[in-house]
Amino acid sequence: MKLTLNIWRQQGPNDTGQIVSYPAKDLSPDMSILEMLDKLNEELIAAGEEPVVFDHDCREGICGSCSMVINGVPHGPQKASTTCQTFLRSFQDGENIYLEPFRATAFPVVRDLMVDRSAFDRIIQAGGYVSANTGGAADGNALPIAQQTAEDAMDAAACIGCGACVAACKNASAMLFTAAKVSHLATLPQGQVERSERARNMVAQMDEEMFGSCTNQGACSAVCPKEISLDWIAKLNREHIRSRVAVST
Amino acid sequence: MSTATSGSSRPTTFVLGGLSSISAKLLMALTGTGLLIFVAAHMLGNLQIYLGQDKLNAYAKFLKGMPLLLWSARAGLIATFGLHLGLAVYLRRQNRRARPQGYVVDDPVETSLASRTMLTSGLVIFAFLVYHLLHFTLGVTNPATHSLTDAAGRHDVYSMVVLSFRNIYVSGAYIIAMLFLGLHLSHATSSIFQTFGLTGNASRGWYQKLGWAVAAILMIGNISIPVAVLTGMLGLPEGVAQP
Ligand code: HEM
Ligand code: FES
Repeated sequence: MKLTLNIWRQQGPNDTGQIVSYPAKDLSPDMSILEMLDKLNEELIAAGEEPVVFDHDCREGICGSCSMVINGVPHGPQKASTTCQTFLRSFQDGENIYLEPFRATAFPVVRDLMVDRSAFDRIIQAGGYVSANTGGAADGNALPIAQQTAEDAMDAAACIGCGACVAACKNASAMLFTAAKVSHLATLPQGQVERSERARNMVAQMDEEMFGSCTNQGACSAVCPKEISLDWIAKLNREHIRSRVAVST
Repeated sequence: MSTATSGSSRPTTFVLGGLSSISAKLLMALTGTGLLIFVAAHMLGNLQIYLGQDKLNAYAKFLKGMPLLLWSARAGLIATFGLHLGLAVYLRRQNRRARPQGYVVDDPVETSLASRTMLTSGLVIFAFLVYHLLHFTLGVTNPATHSLTDAAGRHDVYSMVVLSFRNIYVSGAYIIAMLFLGLHLSHATSSIFQTFGLTGNASRGWYQKLGWAVAAILMIGNISIPVAVLTGMLGLPEGVAQP
């Protein structure tokens, strides 16, 4: 199949950048977007041009590296999917495809389609861990956790930190990410000791990184490759209220 | 673990005096809820116009008869409105700063028109409110209809409303403003529950439906009055002439 690729090219953080169009032919519908870019890059290198820089790692939908906005939607049109798991069969032969980097002040463009998502790491560093001593594996098993509670915590923990929620949100808000990370620990007994402090510090870091605020529009959850629910944002709001009124953490 | 040593928030550069984005949103929802309750009560009061001149004018006199309560309510409303508007602008500015550069191709997945136009619909409501106060409360725009009294010597609110709404431009302005109010509330009402953390996966859809119902009731209830005047369903009482 044939496609016209309109790709955001930007030399570095301070370059203004622009869309550059590349005709791509001899593509297979079974190629992923990343494989298509690999092919384009081989051709660009052969022609002595700079290859398109993009983030990728596992290529099996679990690491969350492959950030880009495809035709205005983070990770493209396929629901619950990452870019590496988005295949050309999702597009029409001859279609125009736009590839752009995630856009957020907190995610500055490094080059082309690659952005710096270390703001997420700093949110985690602000409290997304358990530092209370919870013992060894045997002690963990001695702590009974209801099946539903374990399932819920796992649903929140499924977040791979890809940043699609921020990229899709009109306000570049990181509420869905922060909500998932605060909630999966707040749901489990091990997370209780630092519960209030965690919510307070992670929300403060989220604000400091210049993410926007939530206006309850739901684009984040709709594009999330792991289908993290808006419930967790409601939960984060509750955790936030709780952290403000709790007498001791 | 004590709050004194480790519980304090990190320094923030992005937020107004340490007010977190979620706290700002909670205040937005709290003030919005206050305004919503006011708008509902206001509509119920006004619908008494269908009970006739005597009932409506008596209701107006009853409200004016409690100046302390009336003025505290007015002061509270102004403060609530000011806070709601101020926070809306403040949050919007932060959200703009969070994404200074948009996408070349942008697909607004999932989001509703109402949710994307909250500030616009809100500002239209604000402009309308200023006009509404100048019109009915202060009597600046249509002074002739504002100074009528009824047979019992009360301020003739009923005739003022009917005479005002016979003007298609005045009615039109009210109807259009109420369409924007409906738009605002169709997102705002369900938003309240999400912001306060009261929603769950199973209930979110119901809250959205509740929000649409509340928005529709408030919009249609208010719009019905100018429509009833224009169609002649609500007429002038005996003895009041068209000036
Ligand atoms: C000065 C006029 C107004 C402006 C500029 C304004 C603006 C806004 C904005 C920007 C939001 C946040 C939207 C979001 O989270 O997506 C909002 C929320 C809301 N507004 Fe207004 N608004 C105005 C008047 C009103 C009025 C008159 C009412 C009630 C009848 C109202 C009720 C609400 C409610 C209930 C919310 C939901 C809060 C939440 O997010 O949970 N607003 N408004
Ligand atoms: S490359 Fe790992 S999720 Fe796409």
